[in-house]
Amino acid sequence: MDLLRLEPMQLVQLIIPVETAHCSISYLGDLGLFQFKDLNSEKSPFQRTYATQIKRCGEMARKLRFFKEQMTKAGLSPYARSAMSDDVDLDNLEVKLGELEAELIEMNANNEKLQHSYNELIEYKLVVQKASVFFHSAQNHAAVKQREVEAHQSGEGSIDSPLLLEQEMVTDPSKQVKLGFVSGIIPREKSLAFERILFRATRGNVFLKQSAVEGPVTDPASGEKAEKNVFVIFYSGERVKNKIVKICEAFGANRYSFTEDLGKQFQIIAEVSGRIEELKTTIDVGLVHQINLLQTIACHFEQWSHLVKKEKSIYHTLNMLSIDVTRKCLVAEGWCPVFATNKIQNVLQQATVDSNSQIGTIFYVLQTKESPPTYFHTNKFTSAFQEIVDAYGIAKYQEANPGVFTIITFPFLFAVMFGDWGHGICLLLATSYFIIREKKFSSQELGDITEMIFGGRYVIMMMALFSIYTGLLYNEFFSVPFELFAPSAYGCRDPSCRDTTTAGLVKVRATYPFGVDPKWHGTRSELPFLNSMKMKMSILLGVAQMNLGIILSYFNAKFYGNELNIRLFGYLSLLIVVKWCTGSQADLYHVMIYLFLSPTDDLGENQLFFGQKFLQILLLLAALVSVPWMLFPKPFLLKKQHDERHRGQSYALLETNLDDSDGTELHHGSSSHEEFQFSEIFVHQLIHTIEFVLGAVSNTASYLRLWALSLAHSELSSVFYDKVLLLAWGFNNIIILIIGLIVFTCATVGVLLVMKTLSAFLHALRLHWVEFQGKFYEGEGYKFQPFSFASLDKEAE
Amino acid sequence: MYGFEAMTFNIHGGYLEAIVRGHRAGLLTAADYNNLCQCETLDDIKMHLSATEYGPYLQNEPSPLHTTTIVEKCTLKLVDEYKHMLCQATEPLSTFLEYITYGHMIDNVVLIVTGTLHERDVQELLEKCHPLGMFDSIATLAVAQNMRELYRLVLVDTPLAPYFSECITSEDLDDMNIEIMRNTLYKAYLEDFYKFCQKLGGATAEIMSDLLSFEADRRAVNITINSIGTELTRDDRRKLYSNFGLLYPYGHEELAVCEDIDQVRSAMEKYPPYQSIFSKLSYGESQMLDKAFYEEEVKRLCLAFEQQFHYGVFFAYMRLREQEIRNLMWISECVAQNQKSRVHDSVVFIF
Repeated sequence: MDLLRLEPMQLVQLIIPVETAHCSISYLGDLGLFQFKDLNSEKSPFQRTYATQIKRCGEMARKLRFFKEQMTKAGLSPYARSAMSDDVDLDNLEVKLGELEAELIEMNANNEKLQHSYNELIEYKLVVQKASVFFHSAQNHAAVKQREVEAHQSGEGSIDSPLLLEQEMVTDPSKQVKLGFVSGIIPREKSLAFERILFRATRGNVFLKQSAVEGPVTDPASGEKAEKNVFVIFYSGERVKNKIVKICEAFGANRYSFTEDLGKQFQIIAEVSGRIEELKTTIDVGLVHQINLLQTIACHFEQWSHLVKKEKSIYHTLNMLSIDVTRKCLVAEGWCPVFATNKIQNVLQQATVDSNSQIGTIFYVLQTKESPPTYFHTNKFTSAFQEIVDAYGIAKYQEANPGVFTIITFPFLFAVMFGDWGHGICLLLATSYFIIREKKFSSQELGDITEMIFGGRYVIMMMALFSIYTGLLYNEFFSVPFELFAPSAYGCRDPSCRDTTTAGLVKVRATYPFGVDPKWHGTRSELPFLNSMKMKMSILLGVAQMNLGIILSYFNAKFYGNELNIRLFGYLSLLIVVKWCTGSQADLYHVMIYLFLSPTDDLGENQLFFGQKFLQILLLLAALVSVPWMLFPKPFLLKKQHDERHRGQSYALLETNLDDSDGTELHHGSSSHEEFQFSEIFVHQLIHTIEFVLGAVSNTASYLRLWALSLAHSELSSVFYDKVLLLAWGFNNIIILIIGLIVFTCATVGVLLVMKTLSAFLHALRLHWVEFQGKFYEGEGYKFQPFSFASLDKEAE
Repeated sequence: MYGFEAMTFNIHGGYLEAIVRGHRAGLLTAADYNNLCQCETLDDIKMHLSATEYGPYLQNEPSPLHTTTIVEKCTLKLVDEYKHMLCQATEPLSTFLEYITYGHMIDNVVLIVTGTLHERDVQELLEKCHPLGMFDSIATLAVAQNMRELYRLVLVDTPLAPYFSECITSEDLDDMNIEIMRNTLYKAYLEDFYKFCQKLGGATAEIMSDLLSFEADRRAVNITINSIGTELTRDDRRKLYSNFGLLYPYGHEELAVCEDIDQVRSAMEKYPPYQSIFSKLSYGESQMLDKAFYEEEVKRLCLAFEQQFHYGVFFAYMRLREQEIRNLMWISECVAQNQKSRVHDSVVFIF
């Protein structure tokens, strides 16, 4: 009954002295069996008592995130199980975290500064190297030209030699404009736009030379790696220079000074290289230091973040308590299961002792009309089944929990649709892999779909077991029949077996002991036989399950003490049981049809047992009577109850009438209101009755999906077996056989094992939610969510 | 395709419309604002915002917060959302989304040009720019000395280039010129956007023409009020009004000759939608006008969400978020400067 009825809950008021509050809440969180009610819901979060503490915790969490970021940057990961020392309390931790953060930030800043100058030097070196290459090649070029010109001049002045060239080369040095240049480095993707803007701004009066740097260069300002170009811009005039400098700034190009003198260049390169070496060692030392610091942080990181999370949740909970006017104690209200009363009291006692308080916590059970939260014990086996039910709706407090029945009925209905013991074994193997490696899987993070399969591993296991069972019943193994339990009951008429297809077989032995005789497979009459068998079976199953639902609703009604409903449901269930049991026992459709059409006719050959006719008439009458019986009494009984209550009320009103003259009018108003309600209830009941009668028929029809799906399953698997595997076998060719095997395997796994499993699962789900639970399950409760550190950790993951 | 948008809209726009409506559901409500207005410190504001969609953007900020950080992070969220939508968008929605940012682009150009005029640092100015209105060569704006250069150097590459055709003069840049440039650009932008929306047709045209007309009218009123008492001539003033909107053309004639705020008022009160705005103000007062206009705008923007299958929701959402960020900025400023009595002065509730 415990499983069916869920845990009894109680509303509890705790009055906790301020000094023990923190300790108590923390212990209750460890216990995880108490759901706090928010008593300050009208206050905004920062107006609550412990808002500052929460802010502090948030701040610490931020610092921890900062550390984590730094650690991932440094390639460290927090040690999974670090040394747990319990001597850290929140205040110390806060101070410690603050110090560590400051240290880390300072270290980062130093490193950054060093890195900045390091990168700058590297860029400088690059610029100098590249630019010297420009100048060098330009000088070579110029020298070659010069020599050519000289050669021309010294030689007989050929006619080909350009006249102007000479003039150009021998221009007066005083007239020569001194060209200035700017050199620097710029990100490659900006270089094109840079060039364009330069051209526009100076009207083409600059000469830009660029050269790509191989490999990424770290930008000093941003610290990010980027592909860069070294550039040298030649210009003339101060104004142009100013423009160029501005444009360089706008594009984030870093300018570096450069001399034409070769000797100085070498000097600069040597100097820069030296300084780069120096900086490199400094940076390395700094990095080692930083990594050491981060490693010590990593040691404690898990513990700290756990502590901070815990503290934060404690303060959140404390914020939900209402504080007494005297500020001496906190008042908590919340739900807990009745069985946990002792545990909670013990824990509170412990808290009082541990915090050296004079006054103990007062534990006080409140009487309430609020409906308590729903709490059920689950273990790893039942939790998945409970999930199936919860997805439909959380049970109302102490409502009959369909989860219990679902454990058996769900896999069974699934298996009816998935009856093949070969496929069942495949499923079982797959799921047992998950179950065997359970420990490993539960500790690690899984993908979306894997997570789902892993969560439902026990459901799948049950489904597989049941489908092996039904597979044996149907005698299907990848649609191959086996004579497992005994030889087939049927044999040929003569040893040569010539006329089996025309005249059929004869029964030679006793009936096949378990399930379907293997000889049925592949015969002409296979389909009609299996059809009628599976259809009848599915109707039987459906009726059985719906009756279970109706009986449960009877229990529910009894539990909630609603007498009226019980009487009605008693009739309903009787009606349904009777109506359908006869139908299916007789196993003949037309008996049922005639049952309604012409109940008094002679049954003739359809008579199965003595007194059937009488029984049928009786049942039909019962059915006919029970419909209005469902319809009428409830509204009238309700009206009667109302009237009684109403009379008492009017007497009471009459007494007060003397004082208040308006009372009579009010009274009249209310009575007319109740009349109106009666008709409403009547209509409601009418709808309910019609719905129920129709629903009973249509729901039964809905169970025919069991038949349809199991048929589809066996047909599909036999198609794959006959048309793919046997066909390939027939060619006597090894390659075709292999291809056939591959196709068969893919089809079996993809279509039958995955897709059919999914569809059968969905149909079983629907049968449970709509046909079964619709009969009795309201599912309007809310779940019990105790304050617990264990669930806190789970959430964080 | 008027009346048939519903058939084909969802092929390209359905996903993004769903996204934008989802974003809209995350806007702060009146209850949120009430809570925010009660905050004592900026940390309280952060704490309250951490329960909203802004949470992930603010959670890693160290504790002594500044108003600018809050605003920056909130804007970052808007920009992220915008970029996400722009990535997913196909034509013509992507063009529509880009149009939304041109207003910010104009503001940024003006900001940088004014800044360089007063010899501010370019980096400092760049930080102040609205991230939605950034373009590649924005920093180069500082190089330009006059409008012709501005256009020829930088703005040729930007979408703003066509709008510039009207205001190219070789005059040197000064405060007055820049302000005129801003309004001329804005006028051209609004007209272009209006034309684009009309070309899209259907519900988009209908709703956007309402929203843009309101925007144009509001600008006309603001231009009038701001130019009273300056050396701007009536004809120049007339030229800055956009050529559409409820006030066009007769209202513009009247606005162009206004000499003080009460004349503006009497001109505007002839138009029923604006009558209600001006009736809230007492005579001779223009401070509260902004808030009144903002309130009216928010009302209209919210109405855009009542209809489906049009692009107006994107415009409306961006505007509403911007209004929300303005509200947050005002609240944070009030809290930071201990001016809590004024906190309700400029907050416009969205829901």
